[in-house]
Amino acid sequence: MKIYLDNSATTPLNPHVLEAMLPFFTDKFGNASSIHSFGREANRAVSEAREIIAECINARPSEIYFTSGGTESDNWALKGAVYVSKNKYKHIITTQIEHPAILNTCTELEKQNVEITYMNPSKEGMINPKELSNLITENTILTSIMFANNEIGTLQPIKEAATICREQSVLFHTDAVQAMDSQKIDVKELGIDMLSMSAHKFYGPKGIGVLFVKTGSRLGKLINGGEQERGLRAGTTPTPLIVGMAKALEISVRDREKNNQRILRLRNMFIDRVLSEIPYVYLNGNRENRLPNNVNLSFAFIEGESVLMRLDLAGIAVSSGSACASGSLEASHVILSLGVKEELAHSTIRFSLGVDTTEQQMDYVFNVLKKTVDDLRRMSPLYDYEKGIGSYV
Amino acid sequence: MYNDKVIEIFKNPKNIGDLKDANAIGTIGNASCGDIMQVFLKIENNVIVDAKFKTFGCAAAIAASSIATEMIIGKTVDEALTLKNADVVAELGGLPAQKIHCSVLAEEAIQAAIKDYKEKNNG
Repeated sequence: MKIYLDNSATTPLNPHVLEAMLPFFTDKFGNASSIHSFGREANRAVSEAREIIAECINARPSEIYFTSGGTESDNWALKGAVYVSKNKYKHIITTQIEHPAILNTCTELEKQNVEITYMNPSKEGMINPKELSNLITENTILTSIMFANNEIGTLQPIKEAATICREQSVLFHTDAVQAMDSQKIDVKELGIDMLSMSAHKFYGPKGIGVLFVKTGSRLGKLINGGEQERGLRAGTTPTPLIVGMAKALEISVRDREKNNQRILRLRNMFIDRVLSEIPYVYLNGNRENRLPNNVNLSFAFIEGESVLMRLDLAGIAVSSGSACASGSLEASHVILSLGVKEELAHSTIRFSLGVDTTEQQMDYVFNVLKKTVDDLRRMSPLYDYEKGIGSYV
Repeated sequence: MYNDKVIEIFKNPKNIGDLKDANAIGTIGNASCGDIMQVFLKIENNVIVDAKFKTFGCAAAIAASSIATEMIIGKTVDEALTLKNADVVAELGGLPAQKIHCSVLAEEAIQAAIKDYKEKNNG
């Protein structure tokens, strides 16, 4: 049995999405910038896709810019805002729990003398938007706060944060890569200036994303070249990927409520069962303000990668920390920022459910997990197996 | 990233647990770095007659602990002291670069256990 519980890393392509994409690889292969009939055919499809995506977030089609994915969108939002700012001293506010696409962009900007303030989350992984009022200075050009955290799934108070920023004339960007599939996002109602998304997190293709840029927001270019995307993002328009992204988002929005309800139920049953039947397990992140498909648990006295490997050997795919961070030996920056001790942070596993997850699968996962934790604790120097008591030394 | 042998040993490690009549114990590493290795030895007439381990760590750390304890059973104390991390890596058929430190932990845990034995027996 193969069970995929790493949908926050990537999701499988919906077959209907693939079907929508296929003609644009072969028959309808034209370059959307060409003026002949081949080009116009591709251009029409791109325009329709842009309209669909805009409608899904209550934006205008002209506010949708296609990129190569979430990472590029994040890079562009931050660097683009810095490039056009006329401030002598430039200041950006973000959080400690952002994705590396934001954090490492900030590190790069710090080298260019941009000052960055990193907001601390609460123990439950929530950012307090009220703190923004004290952090914004006359030099602040942009605030970037993720919509939903990729590791612990916490949903941040985006509307409150965006409102404070707007009152102070500071641009507000949100990385909504993890949130798009399950959250209703209305950029007007929330007051968002820029928003990053990535198609492969909602059953669309990899290699395509969007940066929403509200009309009137000034943004410099990240990629120079041709005049695609109204001259702001060069590169031959990837028509099949764009068509796929729009189809995937359309389906995601259509099925959102139904999927959320089903997944939330399976998720909550799993969390309750693990917390009640396996000792010394801790749920990271606020339980209520959280993506419906996210489970993030720390299993005391055993190490996360060995849990991941044991589950993998039983056909279950999960992640320790985030996929982008695995392979590194450091504990997750997100889990550490919650104040979780390093030894416990090393014992963290993320399970992210998806549209294909079933109750039967979750039963199997629970049983394998229970045995795995038991086996690994049996060989842990931090756990007295006979007494069932553990302690850190 | 791991070869089949490492996976197989991780799946079915040998020599797990406490050794009740151990006369040498070595512990290396710390939980905040993500790995602790503890080696228990039973030494008779300068020969390691039994070895067990307890490890908090990744698949590589567990596989290295398992194979290292197997490699020293039946060896004299002085022979066991010559065991190097490279020998553990070779016996495992290789480890990913970022996991080499797990084999170092195995070498150091065995050395720490033997040091413990020598201290007890000289003191």
